[in-house]
Parts: sequence; structure tokens; C-alpha cells
Amino acid sequence: MESLTNRVKKVERKPMTMWEKMYIPAIAKGMAITFGHMFKRRPTINYPEKTRPFSAVFRGLHVLNRDEEGRECCTACGLCAVACPAEAITMEGAERLPGEEHLYREEKYAARYEINMLRCIFCGLCEEACPKDAIYLSETFTPSNYTRKSFIYGKADLLIPDPVTQPEEFAKARGAHAPKA
Amino acid sequence: MYPLLLTIDWVLMIEKAVLISIIIGVSLLIAMYETYLERKVAAWMQDRRGPSRAGPFGLLQPLADGLKLFMKEEIIPSSSSRFLFVLGPGLAMLTAMMTSAVIPWSSHFSFRGHNIEIQIADINIGILYIFGVVSMGVYGVMIGGWASNNKFSLMAAIRGASQIISYELAMGLAIIALLMITGSLSLKTIVEQQQQGHYYILLQPLGFLIFLVCAFAECNRTPFDLSEADSELNMGFHQEYSSMKLGFYLFSEYINVFISSAVMATLYFGGYDIPFVNDGALANSWGQNPVAVLQALSLFFKVVIFIFFFMWVRWTVPRFRYDQLMDLGWKIMIPLALVNMLVTGFVLLLHQNHWHF
Repeated sequence: MESLTNRVKKVERKPMTMWEKMYIPAIAKGMAITFGHMFKRRPTINYPEKTRPFSAVFRGLHVLNRDEEGRECCTACGLCAVACPAEAITMEGAERLPGEEHLYREEKYAARYEINMLRCIFCGLCEEACPKDAIYLSETFTPSNYTRKSFIYGKADLLIPDPVTQPEEFAKARGAHAPKA
Repeated sequence: MYPLLLTIDWVLMIEKAVLISIIIGVSLLIAMYETYLERKVAAWMQDRRGPSRAGPFGLLQPLADGLKLFMKEEIIPSSSSRFLFVLGPGLAMLTAMMTSAVIPWSSHFSFRGHNIEIQIADINIGILYIFGVVSMGVYGVMIGGWASNNKFSLMAAIRGASQIISYELAMGLAIIALLMITGSLSLKTIVEQQQQGHYYILLQPLGFLIFLVCAFAECNRTPFDLSEADSELNMGFHQEYSSMKLGFYLFSEYINVFISSAVMATLYFGGYDIPFVNDGALANSWGQNPVAVLQALSLFFKVVIFIFFFMWVRWTVPRFRYDQLMDLGWKIMIPLALVNMLVTGFVLLLHQNHWHF
């Protein structure tokens, strides 16, 4: 049969020479190769202790952002939910009451904000859609869990720690992807 | 009161009992760390890291493995032959441990003129004893495989038995050539001869090669692990085994590796002799006891190198096909061993008739 590509390699079926039949030289050669591999550099990364740096465009778990005074940025406008191709985002808006100005930046806020992490495809369109820089994707990725229900992340899981009361946790959770204030 | 009891040399009895428990303890410990070393060597040769989580450098890994095996459910298949099923792993373990009895681990310690031999029994048929016990080892495989009442186990057991029988012949013939030179079957005498003269590897290189290959086959190690053959027979003769009975089978294999390394070191590499050093002169200047310790370490070092070699080969050479195995055993090993024997006999005869060259 005529070959489709020019990469075809003919299989040699010559009878073995005496040297090859002796088998010992071949074994010695093989053992030299395996022995050489003992001193090769290992590509392994000791994962929990060491992590490989992600690329600049890596998209991990979502973070609901706060401003520098610790107020939630989200106004429950629903643009992220509309943009979401996997329909993973659900939210419920509520009106800010007098006396809650230190909690929410604008007059409307998200009383309930849920992302189903099993539906989410981590495309980052919610981040692009958000006019308030209220949601962005961090470098952390989804931890494993036992139930489907626990993969529906609510506000408690998504919201970044308060920068005023918990500055350390805030700095840790912020990550390199946070939008510039 | 009991005059019979007084005729027994109680010092010797206690000495030997202590020695036996030490040697059994050491063999078990070494077998344990062989499993660790096996995984490490495998990892190194495949550019991996191997066990590194349990303890520093993963050194507690064998303990974790052992604990896991103990915790597993003990399953005895209802269709198995119950007595033989339990007997199999016990027999495998027993024969593996028994071989260590005739190996001289060091010269001797001396306390106040009383010499303590570091050898359980210096019997004058040492090598024959080893052969006898090692060929018993096949019963562990056979009985285990047959009693499982599983066709794969049975096939593996038959393969293993025929393999061990055919390679034992070549091994025996290789040893005969060595025995013609030594003139003795006692391992202690063989080591002492090597201390004075050359290591027998120099006189019997071909014999050693044959012995080495046959030792691989006797231990059921790759490339001769046909009775296990994980990829084709689904773990072979110990497929139906679980928990510590499986552990015994795996363990006995590693003890066999240890013991056959020790036998090879003793027969061909001078045993407990410290290489490039005149042990007798050293013992005169340093005293006997420190030298005996050094000699034990020397043997241990040789054994570790052999154990590493076993693993090195395991992760290099793939398993033989059954017909290739039989070809190698009957058509190559046995004729080679016979030629080796004839040549050795010829040269010895020339020497006896003062034809030095």
C-alpha cells in the first residue's frame, strides 16, 4: 500500500547477529541506561510545600471584592450572571438600609450571591462583565469535596476578608489578580 | 535431679538462641527496608522521587505498609483448601528464614578465651543444606497457588515450580565447578580459603554468572517473575491472598533476595573478608572483636550491593516469555554450566599433575 505520509518506517526483520543473540551486551547497555537515570534531575515538584508558578492569565476560584474601607463592591446588577455561559451564577439583590453604609459601597447590594463551582467553566467572563470590579478570578483552584451541595459557593465562601479588621487575611486572599484600585 | 539436662551445653544453647533471634530480626529488618529500597530504586530509575512522606526521606514507609497489611481483611476463599491455603505463606516464610542458618556472618567474637561463632551452624554440608531448603521454597508457591482454587494461581504455581526446578539444575552444576576448587561444602571453610587466596569470582566468573542468573530465577525476581506476572496472571500464585498472608509471601521474596545475596557474597566474593586487607594481621593489632564487627559490616556491604543489583536488574530487564525462560534454562544455562564444569575439572587435573602455567 502506498503510504500517505513520508514518515513511514520499515520494520527490520533481519535475523539477530551472534553479538545480539548473546543477550548479555544488550542487558549491560540497558542497565547502563537505567543507572544513568538515577542521577538525572527529577522533574517532580513537592506539591503542597512547593507550588509551580501559574501563568499570568490563570483563572482560579472567584473572589468577591471589597474596597479599601472594607465595603462590598457588588451591586447585584446581574451582568455577571448574564455573561456567564455556564449559568453558574445566581444572586438576589437588596436595598441598603440607613446605617449600613460601612457594609456596602452603593445603595444596592447582593443579599445572596452563589456560584455553582461544578457548573463554572472558569472562563472569566464574569470578571470582564463586572462594571464595579466586584468579582475577579484568583490563583487558587477548587478544592475537592464530598457533596455536590458543598460546591455551591455562597457569599461566605466567596467574599474577601475585610481589609480593615483582618488586613493579613485580606492580603493573603487578594492574590496577584486583584483589579487595581 | 535431671542428669540429662546437665549434659546439655547450656552456654552454647543460649548463645545460639540469641544468635538465631538476632539473625531472624536482622533478616526481617532488612527485608522491610528492601521494600523501601525497591520503591526508591524504582523511582530513581524512572526519574521519580519515591516514598518521601512517612518520616524523614520516607523511612517509615515500610512500617506504614506493614500496618496497612495487618489492618486488611483476612479473606480465605470458601472454595479453597483451607489448611493448605494457610500453610502456603507459612512455608514460604519458613524456608526463606531457614537458609540463613549456615551462612557465616563474621569470623568470631572472643570473650575471655571463649570463642563465639557468628554462624548458627557450621555444618560440613552447608551448600547442600542451602540447596535442600531453597528447593523446599517452591512448595510455598505451589501449595499457595493450588490451594487458592483459581486457575490463574494454579497456572502461576505450575510455571513457578517448573522454573525453579529447571534453574536449580544449572545452579547445582555451577556450584559443582566451585566445589571442585574448594574441596569443601562448608561455607566457613570456603570463606577462609578465599581469605588466604583469591576470591572465587576470579577463578569462576562464568560459574558466578550462571549462579547469579539462577539466583534471580530461584527468588522469582524479574526477569524471571513468571509465577507472579502481575500483568498477565493477575499477581499469580498470591492472587487470592490478602492481609498478612499476602505480606508473608511478599516478605519471603525479599528475605530470599537477602539470603541469596549473602550466599553469592559468601561463595564468590569472600564472604565476611574485608577486601584488600589482611584480616588476620588486622585482628592481631586491633584485637579480634572489632575486626569481627568490621567483617560483619563488610559482608553486609557486599550484600547491600547485591540487593541493589537485584533491584537494578528488576527495573531494567522485562519479563521472559515462558518458552524463552525454558530455552534459556535448558539450552543455554545447563550446557554452559556443564562446559564450565569440564573446563574447571580439566584445569584442576593439569594442576594436580604439576602442569603449571
